[in-house]
Amino acid sequence: MNRVIVVGASLAGLATARSLRAQGYDGELVVVGEEPHRPYDRPPLSKEFLAGTTDIADLTLEADGEHLGIDWRLGTRADRLENGRVHLDDGSTWTYDGLVIATGTRPRTDVVGARLDGVHLLRTVDDALALREGLRRGGRVVVVGGGYIGSEVASTARAMGCEVTLLVSGTTPLHHALGPHAVAVSDLHHRHGVEVVTRARVTGIRPSGGSLVVHLADDRQLPADRVVLGTGAVPAIAWLDGYGIELGDGVLCDPTGGTSLPGVVAVGDCSAWFDPALGRHHRKEHWTSAIDQAPVAARTLLGGEAPATAARRAPYLWSDIHGSRIQMAGHAELADTCEVETGSVADGSFVAVYRRGGHPVAVLGVNQPKHFMSVRRRLVSIPAVPSLQGATA
Amino acid sequence: MIPVCPLSALPRGEAVRVEGDVPIAVFHTEDGEVLAIDDTCTHQDASLADGWLEGCEVECPLHASRFNLHTGAVDAPPAKRPVRTHQVHIQDATVYVTLSEDEPNLPPGVSAGSVGAAP
Ligand SMILES: Cc1cc2nc3c(=O)[nH]c(=O)nc-3n(C[C@H](O)[C@H](O)[C@H](O)COP(=O)(O)OP(=O)(O)OC[C@H]3O[C@@H](n4cnc5c(N)ncnc54)[C@H](O)[C@@H]3O)c2cc1C
Ligand code: FES
Repeated sequence: MNRVIVVGASLAGLATARSLRAQGYDGELVVVGEEPHRPYDRPPLSKEFLAGTTDIADLTLEADGEHLGIDWRLGTRADRLENGRVHLDDGSTWTYDGLVIATGTRPRTDVVGARLDGVHLLRTVDDALALREGLRRGGRVVVVGGGYIGSEVASTARAMGCEVTLLVSGTTPLHHALGPHAVAVSDLHHRHGVEVVTRARVTGIRPSGGSLVVHLADDRQLPADRVVLGTGAVPAIAWLDGYGIELGDGVLCDPTGGTSLPGVVAVGDCSAWFDPALGRHHRKEHWTSAIDQAPVAARTLLGGEAPATAARRAPYLWSDIHGSRIQMAGHAELADTCEVETGSVADGSFVAVYRRGGHPVAVLGVNQPKHFMSVRRRLVSIPAVPSLQGATA
Repeated sequence: MIPVCPLSALPRGEAVRVEGDVPIAVFHTEDGEVLAIDDTCTHQDASLADGWLEGCEVECPLHASRFNLHTGAVDAPPAKRPVRTHQVHIQDATVYVTLSEDEPNLPPGVSAGSVGAAP
């Protein structure tokens, strides 16, 4: 193996480059990234970086003095993958012995008015800087989105002194992620003065005398100085479409990151690895999944046994909302029971354990890191639980 | 030397947090070593005693940076600075720690005495 190309210069791409080197690969390593920046961390973009309490230097994902011997091609997009060649938008064409696809996701923008001035998306550090600038001016902010990013931005904007309304399509924010316990997040918003509008369907955003109006399906109109769209993301895989690699909701991979093309692996938010616990392909948008997949995908590319633990760990993610630490691990969708084991939802400090046939399959913690970890560690063996095979077919 | 606990109270694979101006985490690895580091992650206010212990490394419970218990070194961001390591002695089946004299690398917003004060 003489040349490995990594497309996507962010968390998953860098982690895989690091694993390749750690596993002894000493050939040419080219990393192509559409953004002009070296890899940086995204979670702070809706939290402390947006608030302005940390700066760009804190976001870097490379360790001090880390030298991976990478040929960086930044500000350059891969346009297509054809006949074993990667074509870049600077006109160059690259052959490879190994290819790592790590192009992440792009925010959804399918709302009328998404491109108006004062309407923000949040995926990149440049998006975050623009939004920070806007939030510093205060005023009325409408955040659209029932996921983590929506709730985090609402919480940060509120802490920065804005008047914040959060629009969610379900019955509570994070309903999809947290199920019955999502009410803990609604309470947090309520206590911190964020107005939550549930079952909201946005029909469009329109300009109105220097500011904006958000129109809802029930004819309500919400005036806003700025609007943030946190309406989810889609895998950034359009550049691969039509070139013989199997795609679904993400680049389809086997349980070790291998794609339908030889010598090509996919990692991070753009990839849907086959998950033996679920019995299907599953794309995750979690920071730690990218980290856990990297050594496995590197091993797959170099040819060898996968490291034992990594990708078999249950998925884990965290969120910070109004100063509360929310942690979730495992597959809550597999559960048939769910019980609060420690603390109480009303007090905003608890651990809830999700079980299937008596086995813990997921855990949610709010401000309970210690107890959360003790349960999280027991989730490790989920794929080994026979009753789970084909559970979600 | 600070007495921590009887060795029998710290089974293999477990950790204990020792309160103090700068809290310490003492780990008993699966291989039987007893090792001590600063308990607070250098990235944010998280307790490494609550972390995921694997071999002689502990993974931060929040954002997964891993610290080497022998050297204090961190593997990869988001944490960027090492934690201090402290000397462990076992005497009469009791675990003792001698504190390092180096300055701790506390995360932004945390100072000696204020650790764990954040929600
Ligand atoms: C605001 C925000 C907050 C978040 N908070 C959390 C959190 O609290 N906890 C958590 O677990 N996760 C969180 N996440 C998710 C986490 O950041 C992602 O899981 C992680 O960034 C995935 O890394 P990745 O490398 O797969 O993709 P990305 O980080 O999306 O990187 C993909 C890179 O590829 C580049 N690219 C795309 N197409 C091309 C192309 N054709 N050619 C070249 N380059 C290309 C993109 O420009 C981008 O730089 C958050 C994400 C955001 C945006
Ligand atoms: S708090 Fe430890 S890595 Fe973030």
